[in-house]
Amino acid sequence: MGGAALNRRTLDVSDLPNVVFGYRGLLWWGTLGLAVIEGAMFAILIASYFYLRSRTSDWPPGVMPPAMLYGVLQVICYALSVVPAVWVQKAANKGDLRKVQLGLIVLGVFGLLSLGLRVGEFASLNVKWNSNAYGSVVWMLLGAHTVHLLTDWYDTLVLTVIMFRPSLVEGKRFMDTSENSDYWYFVVLAWLPVWFTIYVAPRIL
Amino acid sequence: MSTLDQPAVAPKLTEEQRHDLLERTWREPPGFWGWFSNVNHKSIGKRYFVTAFIFLLLGGVLAVLMRLQLSRPENRFLGPDEYNQIFTMHGTTMMFLFAVPMMFEALSTYFVPLMLGARNIAFPRLNAFSYYVYLFGGIMLWVAFVMNVGPDVGWFAYVPLSGPDYTPGKRADFWAQMITFTELSALAVAVEVVVTVFKLRAPGMSLNRIPIFVWAQLVVAFMVIFAMPSVTLSSTMLLLDRLIGTHFFNPAEGGDALLYQHLFWWFGHPEVYIIFLPGTGLVSTLMVAFSRRKAFGYTAIVLATVATGFIGFGVWVHHMFTTGLPQMSYGFFAAASLMIVIPTAVQFYCWIATIWSGHLNMRIPMWFIAGFFFIFLIGGLTGVMLALIPLDWQVHDTYFVVAHFHYVLIGGAVFPLFGAVYYWLPKITGRMLHEGLGKWHFWLFFLGFNFTFFPMHILGLRGMPRRVYTYQPELGWGPINALQSAGATLMAAGVLVLLWNVWRSYRRGDAAGPNPWQAGTLEWATSSPPPVYNFRDLPTVSGVEPVWENPPDQPVVAGLHEDTREVLVTRALDADPDHRTEFPNSSIWPFLAAVAVTALFVGSIFHEGAVLWFSIPVAITLTGWFWPKGNEAARRRERDKWEAQH
Repeated sequence: MGGAALNRRTLDVSDLPNVVFGYRGLLWWGTLGLAVIEGAMFAILIASYFYLRSRTSDWPPGVMPPAMLYGVLQVICYALSVVPAVWVQKAANKGDLRKVQLGLIVLGVFGLLSLGLRVGEFASLNVKWNSNAYGSVVWMLLGAHTVHLLTDWYDTLVLTVIMFRPSLVEGKRFMDTSENSDYWYFVVLAWLPVWFTIYVAPRIL
Repeated sequence: MSTLDQPAVAPKLTEEQRHDLLERTWREPPGFWGWFSNVNHKSIGKRYFVTAFIFLLLGGVLAVLMRLQLSRPENRFLGPDEYNQIFTMHGTTMMFLFAVPMMFEALSTYFVPLMLGARNIAFPRLNAFSYYVYLFGGIMLWVAFVMNVGPDVGWFAYVPLSGPDYTPGKRADFWAQMITFTELSALAVAVEVVVTVFKLRAPGMSLNRIPIFVWAQLVVAFMVIFAMPSVTLSSTMLLLDRLIGTHFFNPAEGGDALLYQHLFWWFGHPEVYIIFLPGTGLVSTLMVAFSRRKAFGYTAIVLATVATGFIGFGVWVHHMFTTGLPQMSYGFFAAASLMIVIPTAVQFYCWIATIWSGHLNMRIPMWFIAGFFFIFLIGGLTGVMLALIPLDWQVHDTYFVVAHFHYVLIGGAVFPLFGAVYYWLPKITGRMLHEGLGKWHFWLFFLGFNFTFFPMHILGLRGMPRRVYTYQPELGWGPINALQSAGATLMAAGVLVLLWNVWRSYRRGDAAGPNPWQAGTLEWATSSPPPVYNFRDLPTVSGVEPVWENPPDQPVVAGLHEDTREVLVTRALDADPDHRTEFPNSSIWPFLAAVAVTALFVGSIFHEGAVLWFSIPVAITLTGWFWPKGNEAARRRERDKWEAQH
């Protein structure tokens, strides 16, 4: 090739943007990959729950099903949290820093609220992880979801701090904000089958 | 958006200056600490190769020890406890520390970006992190073994044997935590591979022009994504049962031992294809290069690979035929296990047609492909036999099964891998391997393999069970075992010849040049070894074998900033240019994060509080990893070009 390259035909890409959102971005695909992995994990965990259920006639075995209150509050909390998550995502896609700052704070508050409700949820499971296999799988389900909740909450926190430091704000951080919302949607979506399994399944099975 | 200029405006820099600029932009920091900050896919890929190869050698040494012990009846060379640890470590090392890291992580990390015409793998820091996590997991397991707390419960660590009642102490904990390390690493690389293949292909590389090897790695990446969470869960449940008194697998408290087997084999059978499909990708690649024609039935081969990936998830219960299952399960899983032969057969016929209609050039890599044909075919046929339930019941847990899976795994993965060593090492090092020594390597390994493993079929049919540390002389198994042990020494000699060949090539091998085999895929369109930035001019492609098919005036990509690590992102289906993005610079944080994660994982074996305490350094290191640098942010802000708003 060598010197001939000087006169080669070229495909000029200098006009292309570098701040893009949604499925165009690499991070969107990375987040999707993570969500699929963790989604598979939840699916297998829920399958394990029903497998254990099928091994016994008494379910939940010798204990009361989890009390509904905190679980229902959690569902409401997540349903409401989608509003700021969508709002901040739209603001990020437009590069509106003020709205992004505000939206991230609101989302962080929702995360904190959800973590608080989670403490109540663990307390109302009516079973310990080491009582029986039912207790083990219920605790693991709720624990696994909590790990995701914690990581996304922490991620939101770090992003909020960055967005309040003007020297660090750039297109990539708006893309991160957008993906942070996508990850939040996953935490919310994953909650629905987990919630159903923990709270509803023992009552109707 | 993008335009085709013809001819191009002459670049402002000379080619020499551009090389220097790209070199400055993409080079990794030198020195001791620089080593830990490296995020280039070729550096990380080489580390994966070397580390996985060392684990292959370690696993091989264990195999030789087992063969010495079994070479005659009533041998006292190893005691039962040592033997249990050694066969467990052999299987665990070969599956989790050699086969998957080598066939998936190493080969993907090094070659997928090159074959796609990219400058680096997607998420390069995650790639570095994945390597250290794998390395530390392997070291943890082996340190435990050397200190006589190596796992001794078999490579799949069935409960109740591996549970708290029957294996007190820490042995099974190290096994279970090793799983967490290696699966984390493989899952990270799986996401990188998917994103690299979807979004970082050279312009023009539509789906039907992706190299077959890359297709194979893509399918494997998806299998990793859906299979590995299962074993991570089962090993975590095992750890929890052992450490904090949960009852997942304790029947007395409503748990179930078979749940463990289901979760393990939901991973464990796809695992076989995770190891074998890269092998088929290598076979296709070498077959094309040495038949001097494009693959016969490209679409059929790709679809067969995808089909194998799907069916691979429908056969796991055939590992559990002797556990007592509903009749329906027997029928379904036996049928699926027979059906999976079909896509593999499709690939075989395509390969035969490729050779038949091409101009076969029987260089040394092809010898190993020939070995693959012979050995894998036998392994596949015994696989069909094992799918038949009456036979499975007879030979379950005997040496027949051991023979079968060594034919499948060594035939399906190690032989293509050795072929790939001769084929691709010249690309990595720039030096050829010696063909004569290669033939010695081939014949010693091929004959040694068959002497070692073929007689195992007979032993198994005569009833010798797996995992016994010795046997009585009157059972009559002595002579066959002695023959097998002799075969193992031939295999070991073959590997030594390979090591000598690699060393010799490194010292005084012939220079390879960019394309010693006149092959057609993009890794051959750059120098050997490739420069740190892979391609000076990022290529576009107009066929599945671009080096063969691109016309002389095929355009190259222009207009990317070369003073930063800017890359072109293309669209998932047609690989049209979509946008530009900047890849991260070198960083020590992925290494530090891996150290913190290791402290958490290892610490949790000894005290449950470690999970809590070590999550703090994990959070700190991950924050450091993602924290932007002010000057880089300022530069990027200056250049940011937002997508058109709708």
